Amino acid sequence: MSKITHLKSAAAAAGILLPLAWSGVAWAQDAVNLRMTIWSANEAHLAMFNEIAEGFKATHPNVSITFEPLPFDSYTTTLTTQIAGGNPPDLAWILETTAADFVNSGALAPLTDAFAATAGYELDDVNPSATALWTKDGQLFAYPFSTSPFAIFANNDVIKATGAKTPAELIAAGEWNWDNAFATAATVGQSGKAGLVVRDFKYQSWQNLASIWRGWGAAPWSADGKTCGFTEPAMVGAMTAIHKAIFTDKAMPGPGEDIDFFAGETGMTITQISRASLLPKENPFDWDLVPLPAGPAGEYAVVGQAGVGAFAAGANAPVAVEFLAYMTNPENSQKLAQFFPPARASLLNAQTLASTNPLLSAEQIENVVIAGISSGTVLPGHTNFAQIQQTVRASLDSLWVADADVPAVLQSVCDSVAPLLAR
Amino acid sequence: MTAAADSPPRKRPFWTIERRDAAAGYVFIAPQLIGIVTFVLIPLGLVFWYSLHEWNVLANTFNFVGSANYQMLLNDKALPQVLLSSAIFSAGLVVLNMSLALLLAVLLDQKLKGIVVFRTLFFSPVVVSLVAWTIVWSFLLQNNGGINGMLQMIGVEGPNWLRHPSTAMLSVVVVQVFKNVGLNMILFLAALQGVPKELYEAARVDGAGRFKQFRRITLPLISPTILLTSIITIVGSLQVFAQIAVLTQGGPGMSTTVLVYYLYQQAFQFHFFGYGSTLSILLFVIVAVLTFAQWQLRKRIVFYEN
Repeated sequence: MSKITHLKSAAAAAGILLPLAWSGVAWAQDAVNLRMTIWSANEAHLAMFNEIAEGFKATHPNVSITFEPLPFDSYTTTLTTQIAGGNPPDLAWILETTAADFVNSGALAPLTDAFAATAGYELDDVNPSATALWTKDGQLFAYPFSTSPFAIFANNDVIKATGAKTPAELIAAGEWNWDNAFATAATVGQSGKAGLVVRDFKYQSWQNLASIWRGWGAAPWSADGKTCGFTEPAMVGAMTAIHKAIFTDKAMPGPGEDIDFFAGETGMTITQISRASLLPKENPFDWDLVPLPAGPAGEYAVVGQAGVGAFAAGANAPVAVEFLAYMTNPENSQKLAQFFPPARASLLNAQTLASTNPLLSAEQIENVVIAGISSGTVLPGHTNFAQIQQTVRASLDSLWVADADVPAVLQSVCDSVAPLLAR
Repeated sequence: MTAAADSPPRKRPFWTIERRDAAAGYVFIAPQLIGIVTFVLIPLGLVFWYSLHEWNVLANTFNFVGSANYQMLLNDKALPQVLLSSAIFSAGLVVLNMSLALLLAVLLDQKLKGIVVFRTLFFSPVVVSLVAWTIVWSFLLQNNGGINGMLQMIGVEGPNWLRHPSTAMLSVVVVQVFKNVGLNMILFLAALQGVPKELYEAARVDGAGRFKQFRRITLPLISPTILLTSIITIVGSLQVFAQIAVLTQGGPGMSTTVLVYYLYQQAFQFHFFGYGSTLSILLFVIVAVLTFAQWQLRKRIVFYEN
């Protein structure tokens, strides 16, 4: 090849490559990659989120969204470590217990104006009782995409095998209260299987016991969050009943026993209805979903909430807010409703929920989901929750032994946590 | 123009032999130096800097507070309990680990058929992933787990190992000892094999028994290794984290909340990064003082050192 040919071919190659490189640069500049941290690694959940993200891509072809599942147990720790390390996600799920920390911190982008400006969003449709926890000074900082009542899943195969009464039988007889629920659990527990498991409690996440103690009318602290409630008579009564159920009646597995209801072999579990997706498809058992039993203080419901917010400091914060508005618009809220009970009033009816929750019967939706959401109190939360959680956990540890003095332990809980609450 | 007279004096070349040697030396240590500066010295400086600040991660505020975090350290009511737990853990670990390692080393320092198999067996936990090792133990130590199952077979009702303050600490110590005893054992074994055999012969001729031989010959001659392993073990014991995080999360109560775990809670769970940094400065000082003290002790205890 002559020198000229060399030059020619080099020029030709440059002619092809340079525009390509240029378009690559231009494309890379416009491309926006949003990252949302979530605590569910459930494939069905991820498929639905990816579907919503694809829908957003139709109008925003340069935006792609990655959903990053983090382990539930260490979710908030991992999230704040990412923030501290200068690598925050663009969007994140937030637990109700830490809502106060995130909403008050100023870390999240305000949403109300952006949602109101989105065509067809119908912000008025979103239940104010659902957004209360996530609102500060009239601004919404995270959208409560899931307001999920705590309920009891029962394994009727296991319960019937021991001759105990199933929750459905107790409900039919008008006897669905904690005395009888514990009695059924005790019969199962004494047969060698696990009676009643409070899911995710594990003798660490004591706040999940709210699903029981609310039946006694108990709360860990006063409504303003300043005064300890563990020594109140209602709490002492509830904790005494729980302690007896664990250590005397064997109605609940003791500390250090890790048991999963959805693997079968367990009588009942208290968890949120969004866990219905864990029900086994192979070797299914005869399951039922019932509301929490009545306690000495009457009937009650407890809900867990999850919010999703966009971080204000991120370079892509405006796009992230835009995606959030898309993800929670009426149409996509309906998709979300198949796993996460919605905050929109228009979706909170038996018809809509039945079409999105094929697993649940009309009765279950009416009695558990709709009744629970409309009357439920949210799981306890507090500013600086992590430290309060650990402090209470450390003091409560002495309750989880057979010969514990319940009132004395609860007094020690208040002694150690009172200074943190008063702060 | 006479070139020779006007030309400037000949410049000494920049790359003299000394400079070239020095440059080569710096190039050789550069990888190590860069690593230490990037991963040790700069973070150390930053931690000290953070400890003078109140850093709210969520609100993204970073305010200079001077010695406020150090005041908090002095007034922290939980800290004495945390330091006590750390001391109990370290003491338990050092005593158990060193004595077991030495015992195993003496037993394995024999010329027997198949002894290599035993040496490998005892060393193998060292190369197992720490978290995997600990998770397996967490299943064994559960109330209805493997250990209590075995105890039940011989008619003993085992305690709920990880839920009682005393047995929880014991469990964490033993899990850590079994994990790392092999490393100290190998070091002791190497030291034992370095002791000249004729010394034992001479001692036997002089009428020394087995125990006296061990005390008068073996111990002094392996004392440099004892010093080394004790420093490694104590420093390592102060850094225990994964075992606590997996097995007990610092509980029950605060009984297994050692300093590193407490530091983790303050910084990463409660988001008090400033105070967490102050605690790590405290940890740094404790490790430095202990290591210095042991190094000083070597003059009085360790044989062969000048």
